[in-house]
Amino acid sequence: MADWPLRDKTCVVGVGTTPYGAFPDSDTYGLGADALATAVADAGLSWGDLDGLIVCRIPSYQRFAEIARINPQFCTSVESAGRFSSVGLGLAAQALASGAAKYVALVYGNNGRTSKAKYGGGETTQWAPWGFTSPGAIHSMMWQRHMHEFGTTSEDLAHVSVAFRKHASLNPNAVRREPFSIEDHQKSRFVCEPLRLLDYCQINDGAVAWIMTTAERAQDLRQKPVYLSGYTRQDSFTTASLPAPDYWYPALQKISHEIYDRAGIKREDLSGLSIYDNFSPTVMFSLEGMGFCKQGESGDFVKHGTLELGRGRWPTNTSGGHLSESYMQGWGLIAETVKQLRGECAERQIPDCKAIQYICATNISASAIFRN
Amino acid sequence: MTYTKPLPVVDVWSRPFWEACKQNKLVIQRCNQSGEYFYPCSPISPVTRTHDWSWVEVSGRGKIFSFVVMHQLYFKSFTDDIPYLIAQIQLEEGPMLITNLVGMTREEVKMDMPVQVVFTEATDEITMPQFTMIR
Repeated sequence: MADWPLRDKTCVVGVGTTPYGAFPDSDTYGLGADALATAVADAGLSWGDLDGLIVCRIPSYQRFAEIARINPQFCTSVESAGRFSSVGLGLAAQALASGAAKYVALVYGNNGRTSKAKYGGGETTQWAPWGFTSPGAIHSMMWQRHMHEFGTTSEDLAHVSVAFRKHASLNPNAVRREPFSIEDHQKSRFVCEPLRLLDYCQINDGAVAWIMTTAERAQDLRQKPVYLSGYTRQDSFTTASLPAPDYWYPALQKISHEIYDRAGIKREDLSGLSIYDNFSPTVMFSLEGMGFCKQGESGDFVKHGTLELGRGRWPTNTSGGHLSESYMQGWGLIAETVKQLRGECAERQIPDCKAIQYICATNISASAIFRN
Repeated sequence: MTYTKPLPVVDVWSRPFWEACKQNKLVIQRCNQSGEYFYPCSPISPVTRTHDWSWVEVSGRGKIFSFVVMHQLYFKSFTDDIPYLIAQIQLEEGPMLITNLVGMTREEVKMDMPVQVVFTEATDEITMPQFTMIR
């Protein structure tokens, strides 16, 4: 098989994040601008270098560009859903590899906490007449079926939530840092049964920005380059109106057969994982689909601290992820991935970190492997 | 008693579905060439990508593919229903849909159990299809 043409051709060279919390005195434009300013300084670039721009969840790309005085040659907005963080990553890599831009800024801004964003309750959505709404309910419906089909349990999910909260306790930027036990998880209230409060991500205001460039240009910049070694994606739209009856397993399996080859990196060479955790079952679907365990066996896989830093083979979401650091729709997970590969994670650093795989299981499933 | 819950969006494709519900009938589109049923209501068959499909009255029977119990209030109009049952039903004919389980308790719900459609008038225009266990 021919090598993936984009392997190691692009790098993340700057990251910026705002604090996460409630910021009623700002908005997505303000938060996004702050994150981007941090990223520009982190990269050692000047604002005039930016000739590519992707914005996410910021209402107007051109108003943002006006605010930041960026006039790019490559510019787009991507939709707000979390699946679009890795879509943005892929688009930026393609733009750089094709010469459409030299330095691409990707900016995500979220004021969901202040705006009291409701992930659900849209009265004109497909299933609203029956009171079925929210991504949480969708994932709950999927997990119920998974438990029935494979014998997994609510307690299995607790191991994921507990692991990421342990990581968050080491992360000064995490919103939720108090560790909790399996028993605490099992006592937390049902939001949409079978999923509980501690299975749901944390909504906060905040922003994340990345700057990407070609590998050649990355060598001259301030930070150790982090390479995008492999990226692939598979969409599942056949039952897009329903909770996915197949847990995205076929799509993730297809991705698993491509991603390691594209990256030229084997699973056993990975140091850790970043898994999109809007809800704890999404982590389970990701592990199964990507082949870390057999389908249906994620419960056994995550027991005994498999995902815990310092305890298991697969330290995952070392920032605490969406479940505990904050829900930044994948953008924060990739920022943490970059920081890990640069060795900047202090108490939550994965020792000898060489490569990390990002996995996102949604109707647009995707995976990316980064290395240093 | 005014019906305050969200009403379905009736569009050019789904109008016949909702008109059939008013007659207490469940109709689903079926691709004429492949025989595959598809839902939600669409302009074309996803198999042939043509308009070569028909409305077919289905049996109204299915099974509980999955279910959840909603404890969180997202729609004020559901206040008195909380917590309420929502199921993903697989119709005998194949396609799946989301609905409420009515006329049964949480304890009676079993995965894969057979269910059948029941119709409840909501407004002059809309009669809501929901499902219940076959007793």
